[in-house]
Amino acid sequence: MGARMVDFNGWDMPVEYPSAGGIIAEHNAVRNGVGVFDVSHMGDIRLTGPQALAAVEHISMNDAAKLGIGQAQYSALLYPQGTFVDDVIVHRLGEDDYLLVINAGTREKDFNWVRDNTRHFDCKVENLSDDFTQIAIQGPRGVDLLQKLTDANLSAVKFYWVTHGTVCGLKNILIARTGYTAEDGFEIYVPADEATSARVWNEVLAVGKEFGVLPCGLGARNTLRLEGKLPLYGHEISDTINVWEAGLDRFCKMEKPEFIGREALEKARAGRLKRTLLGLEMVDRGIARDGYKVRDTGGDEVGYVTSGSFAPYLKKNIALAYLPPEFAAPGTEAKVEIRGQGVTARVVPTPFYKRPKKA
Amino acid sequence: MPYPADYKYTKEHEWIKADGTSATIGITSYAQDSLGDIVFVELPKVGSEITAGKTFGTVESVKAVSDLFAPATGTVTEVNGDLATAPEKINKDAHSAWMIKMTLKNPGELNGLLSAADYEKFVAAEGGH
Repeated sequence: MGARMVDFNGWDMPVEYPSAGGIIAEHNAVRNGVGVFDVSHMGDIRLTGPQALAAVEHISMNDAAKLGIGQAQYSALLYPQGTFVDDVIVHRLGEDDYLLVINAGTREKDFNWVRDNTRHFDCKVENLSDDFTQIAIQGPRGVDLLQKLTDANLSAVKFYWVTHGTVCGLKNILIARTGYTAEDGFEIYVPADEATSARVWNEVLAVGKEFGVLPCGLGARNTLRLEGKLPLYGHEISDTINVWEAGLDRFCKMEKPEFIGREALEKARAGRLKRTLLGLEMVDRGIARDGYKVRDTGGDEVGYVTSGSFAPYLKKNIALAYLPPEFAAPGTEAKVEIRGQGVTARVVPTPFYKRPKKA
Repeated sequence: MPYPADYKYTKEHEWIKADGTSATIGITSYAQDSLGDIVFVELPKVGSEITAGKTFGTVESVKAVSDLFAPATGTVTEVNGDLATAPEKINKDAHSAWMIKMTLKNPGELNGLLSAADYEKFVAAEGGH
């Protein structure tokens, strides 16, 4: 395939496919058509049994009791301090059957955390991370592409719902209308053996030709999620950042009587927010990168960049940064320190990109 | 992408083409290919002194920030302003998308740099392009 590979938390992962045109072409294929990602590094934890729901409710901040069978939700596993173990997508696959999809870099930590904190519940916890290859088919034409490979009626699957169907001749494949690109799309979970994974990957690319499909790497995955302000562990969320700071309030259901982290978040909510995640757009020439300092116009250090890049679809240099709440008004100016120079940026509303609503 | 025989090359992947005491500098095709889509270039001002082996600017792709290292010592006489608005020209043709022109302090310095053939062997050993 001619992918450029990189070591990503011990995984040999494609950053980009130069022969397909590189990150910018891959990114715009997802915005305008369809792109396909090998995201088999993602981890999968399954909880089943009479108290599976109670266990999920205890370890995650969103309310899994609201999920219908076949529905999914964005959520997070929290430490007692209200900071992040990881963010997750919780899928309800059956009556007492939940699948948590977690990040690559935190797979072992997450699994241990889930297992250790669900011991007192009557449920089975399995690490299925090595059983599945996850392939993400993302973009407005993703539905048309995948429909050519499956008997499942995809138009009946709403965003953040799942179904099962035959895909590339493989029976009972989990098909989720989810993704990490701020675009419509699907994630399919196929058996992890190399021959099967490779066959499905190649079939997706082959039938996708008419839609202009491109294979996409981690580079485009990162710029796509940044435009959509989707958090990345170790950047926007971490074990030192809490839910309120990260601005993930709407996925945190404080009306639930109990979950790990709730008490600390209750206290934190009563106090003053010290920092908040804001979007920046560079006014002067320069690209804010992860970890760069942010100063006020007077030169005092006030925060830092969590993720920053040239945004291939928006064609602007954008960044996410933790800054004091008084910077929150769009238009507020700040200086990003780039190689010792203060480069002017201004606060803009987020997400930077929102996919157009279907007519 | 062939490497012009009348250029000299550094192990940091810059090229330099000298004509007497004046020289033109850019980055190699191998460099642009490794970086991927180039979206930003920061270059010194005309009149700046640059020193062989020291950084004289920055090039950024979507995914990476890289220093530019001066192949020779001297004074910047011209900067390619096109690259501020169209940095992708480097991806399209790295060996004609020059970055700066300079007056060489000591043209003999270039004798220590790689020939096109040596540079090709060097990058073949580095990454196999």
